[in-house]
Amino acid sequence: MSAGATSLLRVHNEAIRSPTPSPTPSESSQSGFDMNRPTVISAQNLTKTYGDLTAVDNISFDVPAGESFGLLGPNGAGKSTTMKMIGGVSQRTSGTLSIMGLDPESHGPEVRAHLGVVPQQDNLDEELKVRENLIVYGRYFGLPLSYLKPKADELLEFAQLTDKANSKVDALSGGMKRRLTIARSLINEPRILLLDEPTTGLDPQARHILWDRLFRLKENGVTLILTTHYMDEAEQLCDRLIVVDKGRIMAEGSPANLIREHSSREVLELRFGSERNATIGVELQGIGERLETLPDRVLIYAHDGEAALEQVTARGLRPMTSLVRRSSLEDVFLRLTGRSLVD
Amino acid sequence: MSVLTGGHSATDLARERKFGPLYSRNAKAVVGRGLMAAKSSTWLVMVSGFFEPVLFLLAMGVGMGSIVGTVQGPGGEEISYAAYIAPALLAVSAMNGAIYDFTWNVFFKMNFAKLYQGMLYTSLGPLDVAIGEIFLALLRGLLYATGFTAVMGVMGLITSWWAILVIPAAVLIAFGFASFGMGITSFMKTFQQMDWINFFLLPMFLFSATFYPLSVYPQVIQWFIQAMPLWHGVELLRQISVGSFSPATAIHVGYYLVMIALGIMLTTGRLRQLFLK
Repeated sequence: MSAGATSLLRVHNEAIRSPTPSPTPSESSQSGFDMNRPTVISAQNLTKTYGDLTAVDNISFDVPAGESFGLLGPNGAGKSTTMKMIGGVSQRTSGTLSIMGLDPESHGPEVRAHLGVVPQQDNLDEELKVRENLIVYGRYFGLPLSYLKPKADELLEFAQLTDKANSKVDALSGGMKRRLTIARSLINEPRILLLDEPTTGLDPQARHILWDRLFRLKENGVTLILTTHYMDEAEQLCDRLIVVDKGRIMAEGSPANLIREHSSREVLELRFGSERNATIGVELQGIGERLETLPDRVLIYAHDGEAALEQVTARGLRPMTSLVRRSSLEDVFLRLTGRSLVD
Repeated sequence: MSVLTGGHSATDLARERKFGPLYSRNAKAVVGRGLMAAKSSTWLVMVSGFFEPVLFLLAMGVGMGSIVGTVQGPGGEEISYAAYIAPALLAVSAMNGAIYDFTWNVFFKMNFAKLYQGMLYTSLGPLDVAIGEIFLALLRGLLYATGFTAVMGVMGLITSWWAILVIPAAVLIAFGFASFGMGITSFMKTFQQMDWINFFLLPMFLFSATFYPLSVYPQVIQWFIQAMPLWHGVELLRQISVGSFSPATAIHVGYYLVMIALGIMLTTGRLRQLFLK
C-alpha cells in the first residue's frame, strides 16, 4: 500500500524526466478489463427507500481492483445515495454490499480505513489551515504524526498547493478547495477513491487540472468510483460505467461500447429557430437512423452526418445552424431515458 | 503497509465491540482537532465565556450586595451576599457553557460546516465524535471553573479549603448538561427550534434559587424547582463553597450522575438513528 503512495510522486517525476510518453487513455482503459483482478466492490440487488421514495432500486454491479467505474445520471438518480451506502454512512433497505470482502454496515470504520471520499460539496475544516486539514484528517484514521507530516507535504505537492500550506481554507479558490479535498481523501492511502461529482462548479481549466490528477491516481492502481452528470468527464475518466436513472441501471459498459450500442456513429445537430424546431420533424422523416426533437434543436442520428446534412438541404430545408459531431454519452442517455442529462 | 498499522489496530478493535459501527476508540483525534481549531480562532469567544459570570458577580454580588448585606448560608452561618450567589453563578456558567457547546456549536457543525459529515467518512464512528466533543466541552468548563474560583478567592469570597472542590463539581454539572444537550440538539432542524432551548434556560437561571433562597416560594413551586437540574447544581456548589455538607449533597451528586447516564443513552441512540440510517 505504501509502495503505491510513494510511487505517486515517483510517477509524477518520471513523467517530467522520461522521454517516453505516459500511457494514453485507451491503453489504460484496456487494462481496466483485466479479469484476473480481485473484485473490490460487489453490490447485489442494492435497494434504498426513504418512505415512499425509492432512491436506489435493485441495482447490482461489481468493480474489479484498479478499475475506474462511473455512475452517470441526472441529479436525483440515486448516485450519491449509492456512494453513501458504499461508505457505510447510509444503511441499505435490502440487498447485499461487500467492500473488499466486508459489509460497510457492520464494519463501517474498518471499510472506511480503505476508502477515500470526495463528497459532492466540499466539507473542509474551515477552522484549520490547509496543511492542518490534511494532518487532522489523517488523525481521524488513527495514523501517527511521524507518517502524516511527510505525507501531508507530499500530497500538497500532488495537489499543487505547497505554497498555500499555511493559508486559511476560505482563502482558496473553488478549484484549489476541490484539489485539497482530493488530497485529503488520499491521506490514508486508500485502495478505493469515491468521487461524488468531482468537477461540478469548476471552470474548464480547473477541471482539466483535476482530471490530470485523477488520471495519475488511476495509473497508480487506485480504484476510482465516480458519479457525474458530465458526459465528457465520464468519457475521460471511466473504463466502465453504469447509466442510472430513477434509481435503476439503464445500461452498463465502456463509454465507447455504450455509444456503439445505443447511438449512431455521428449526430447532425440542426437549429431552425425555436418556433420551427417542433414542427420540422415531419419534413425530416426518413433521414438518418433516428430523429430526436429538443426544444432548442433537432438531432439526426446517422452513420454519416455530412451525408445526412446533404439530404436535408436536398429537401430544400435551410437550418439556421448545422453541426456534425461524434455521438456522446449524452446521446446514449437521451436514447435510454428520453431526457437530457443536464436539465 | 506499516504506516497504516495505527488505523488498522483501531478498526480491528472496533470490529470486536458491540458498538463496532459507532465507535473506533479514537475520540482523541476529535479532541486534537478541537484544540488545534481553538488555537487559531475561537479564543475570543472563550474569553467572553469566562467574563460573563464575573460581570454578574460584580453587578449583583458587589453592587446589589451592598444594600442586601449578609444572608444565611447553607449551614446557617451568615455570609456576604456575593459569597452566597458566587457558587450559583458558577453553576449557571457551567450549564450555559455546556449548553452553548452542545446546542449552537454542535448545531452549526452538524448542519452548516458539515464537519461531522467529513469526520464520519473516516474510521471515526459517531460515538468517537460525541465523546471527543463532550471531552472538549468539559475541558473548557474546567478552565472557566478554575478561573472563576480564582476570582472568588481574590475577592475574599472563599472561606473554606473545601471550596477547591467546586471545580470538579462544576465539571460534573457541565457533563450533565452536555450529555443531554447533544441528544436534544440532534432533534433540531431550524434556528427557530434552537430558540426553544433559551425559552427553557432563562427561567431556570432566574428561579433556581440562584439569587435568593428556595423558601420564598410556596411549597408546590419549591417541588417543581427541586425537580429541575440547575437547582441541584446551585445547591451543590453552594454547600461545597462553605464546606457545609449534608445528606442532600449526595442527592445532588446522584442527580447529575443519573442525568449523565440518561443523557449518554439518549445521545448514543440519536447518533445511531441519525448516522446509521
